[in-house]
Amino acid sequence: MVLGVAGRTSAAQRSAPPFRWGGDAEGGAPFVEADPADPSRVRGFDVEIAEMIARGLGREAQFVQVAWASISQSAERGDFDIGLSGIEDRPELRERQSLTIPYFEFREVLAVRPADRDRFRTLADLAGRRVATLGSTTAYDILLGEQPRLKLTPVSYDDDVHPYTDLIAGRVDGVLLDHIIAERRLRTLGGFVIQPEPVATGHYVGVLAKSNGALRDSVNAILRDRMRDGSLERAFRKWQVWDDGQANYFARAVADTVVAAAPDSPRGATSAMSYLPSLVRAAGITIGISFLSMALAVVFGIVIAAGRVYGSPIVRGALAVYVEVVRGTPVLLQLFVIYYGLSGVVRLPAFLAAVIGLGLNYAAYESEIYRAALEAIPRAQLEAARTLGLSEGQILRLVRVPQALRLALAPMTNDFVALLKDSSLVSVITVVELTKQTAIYATNIGSWVVPGILCALIYLSLSLPLSRFARRLERRWSLT
Amino acid sequence: MESHVSGSPAGQAASALTVRGLYATRGTIPVLRGVDLDLATGEICALMGVSGAGKSTVLRAIAALQRFDDGSIDVDGFTLQPGAVPPESRLKALRRKVGFVFQAHSLFEHLTVMDNVTLAPIHAQGWTRERARDVARGLLETLGVVARAEAYPRQLSGGEAQRVAIARALALDPHVLLMDEPTSALDPARRGALGDTLLALAKQGRGLLIATHDVDFAQDHADRVAVLADGVLVEHGRARDVLANPTHPATRALLEA
Repeated sequence: MVLGVAGRTSAAQRSAPPFRWGGDAEGGAPFVEADPADPSRVRGFDVEIAEMIARGLGREAQFVQVAWASISQSAERGDFDIGLSGIEDRPELRERQSLTIPYFEFREVLAVRPADRDRFRTLADLAGRRVATLGSTTAYDILLGEQPRLKLTPVSYDDDVHPYTDLIAGRVDGVLLDHIIAERRLRTLGGFVIQPEPVATGHYVGVLAKSNGALRDSVNAILRDRMRDGSLERAFRKWQVWDDGQANYFARAVADTVVAAAPDSPRGATSAMSYLPSLVRAAGITIGISFLSMALAVVFGIVIAAGRVYGSPIVRGALAVYVEVVRGTPVLLQLFVIYYGLSGVVRLPAFLAAVIGLGLNYAAYESEIYRAALEAIPRAQLEAARTLGLSEGQILRLVRVPQALRLALAPMTNDFVALLKDSSLVSVITVVELTKQTAIYATNIGSWVVPGILCALIYLSLSLPLSRFARRLERRWSLT
Repeated sequence: MESHVSGSPAGQAASALTVRGLYATRGTIPVLRGVDLDLATGEICALMGVSGAGKSTVLRAIAALQRFDDGSIDVDGFTLQPGAVPPESRLKALRRKVGFVFQAHSLFEHLTVMDNVTLAPIHAQGWTRERARDVARGLLETLGVVARAEAYPRQLSGGEAQRVAIARALALDPHVLLMDEPTSALDPARRGALGDTLLALAKQGRGLLIATHDVDFAQDHADRVAVLADGVLVEHGRARDVLANPTHPATRALLEA
């Protein structure tokens, strides 16, 4: 998606190709947000920086919307010239792409509930507890690094609102994120406090394709000029993120003492393999969620199907509405409603919410399979059972259900394989399962090739035996 | 047991089934328009008529599988009233008195022949497994299919499947056996064998009411014939008399078919 951006256009600018920059408007103010006065435009300090750079290059800025976690890889693909959206300077990113000099220094700060202000002052105080942050960030890396020592549980989110709402709700005991985000959420949500002592400091940079070193150098020169002439300071002041720390940092940067951080020792195949255990663990989560949701879907699906075949008109109508609503709305929406929407009424742990969400969703589909299977049993059999004096319950239990289950087996297996894959959706409610873990892995090493193949192999090793098992079972039953 | 003089050639034999003024509709269309029928113990009665004459409706009403709108049905002291079919819990006595052999596809496909026959005795009557299997084995033996006791329905021939269905209906020793078109799936040799089986069942003191349009079968094996046309009993008497000297056009049409 390309949105128009404010800016005067001169004849020279018109002839030059537009300066395309990528950002995520979902990230919101003060970085990039849709302008409330004109949602087709974006605003924020990253927007102003992009425009400064474009003017410096004599080109016209053009915004490209990209999901935040994909910005660096999208830049490498050449979707735009530069990514600017609170991108953090991380060693592994520096290794595989061209990064500008940092234009902003931020602090990783800890947010806790007011009652815990004195109890949880540092990360060490949160030993053994759940700490939330955004996935694929420096903060997440810090938490992962502390995990073995402090036995804390990092909980990764895809947005920066829900870590704080879950903190207030008591699902997590701390949130580690950039001070800009923490202060913004304190203003919009309230209900928590920010500990004054930062856990670490980090920097925002622009990210370009590895081969784009020449443009990176031009951008660096422009950024240093804008630090010197105060334009950057004005932009940050306008968005109320300027402070003394920033002034100190600019002094160092203009004096040219800020150089690209030395890359860490290169990561090779060994580090790629080091992700395998976490993939296997994540596969365990995928299997657990799939089996438990399927069990719930089968039990609940049988109840719905029985109600729709045997129930009173009111019961039948209510169940029909349930089935149509569940089948007619996205499972993603249902997961959000169960996890976040209901959190005022019942605060489900993420794993349980995932199982219930997927289970209730698939129950609607299972119930249709069972209903069709129940109705496929010849009426003569059911009437024969009646003339033999079997009760309705006995007919259902001894005659109808055993045969219906055989008919339902093949479609059920298909559904289970589909569920196995759909279980990847639960990452939106913070469950790190196989696909999410693969995405984290791929983001960290900057390539989808090895993680993608490993992930696919794990999914196949789960789904293929299932299909084979079902075919065998069907063959055995069809012989009898 | 109540004694009933039916005016039928069966004479003084005890009545197994009495139907009076049976009236039934499908939607608003009358299917049965006042049918009287008697069945004595030890008797085979062929209920004849072309397709759609109402034969199946009579059997289904007697077996309390469908409602009727007027008249009464009495099976060996158990009376069915017009209106909706009562819940199964109030039909337990009827279920022991009346056996029903369906036209096709009525065997439980997921159960062996033995389990088909023993299912109701064990679960509906609470017999022990041993007793149910002994009775079932005896019935299957009599019907000549005991060798197939462990087979599944789809492995049976049409004739075998029908004899298993009969064995299943007989497991609770009903006084009245209702059969819907029993010869439709059988070749001529099998029809003769079925006839012999039915005669033996009648000799044991059961009343057999058989819906059929198979004239040869009725002629050879039925004691009595009742002919239905458009929901009314148009002819009624000894099989030989009715089929040799038909008086009603419907009977003649049946014979010519």
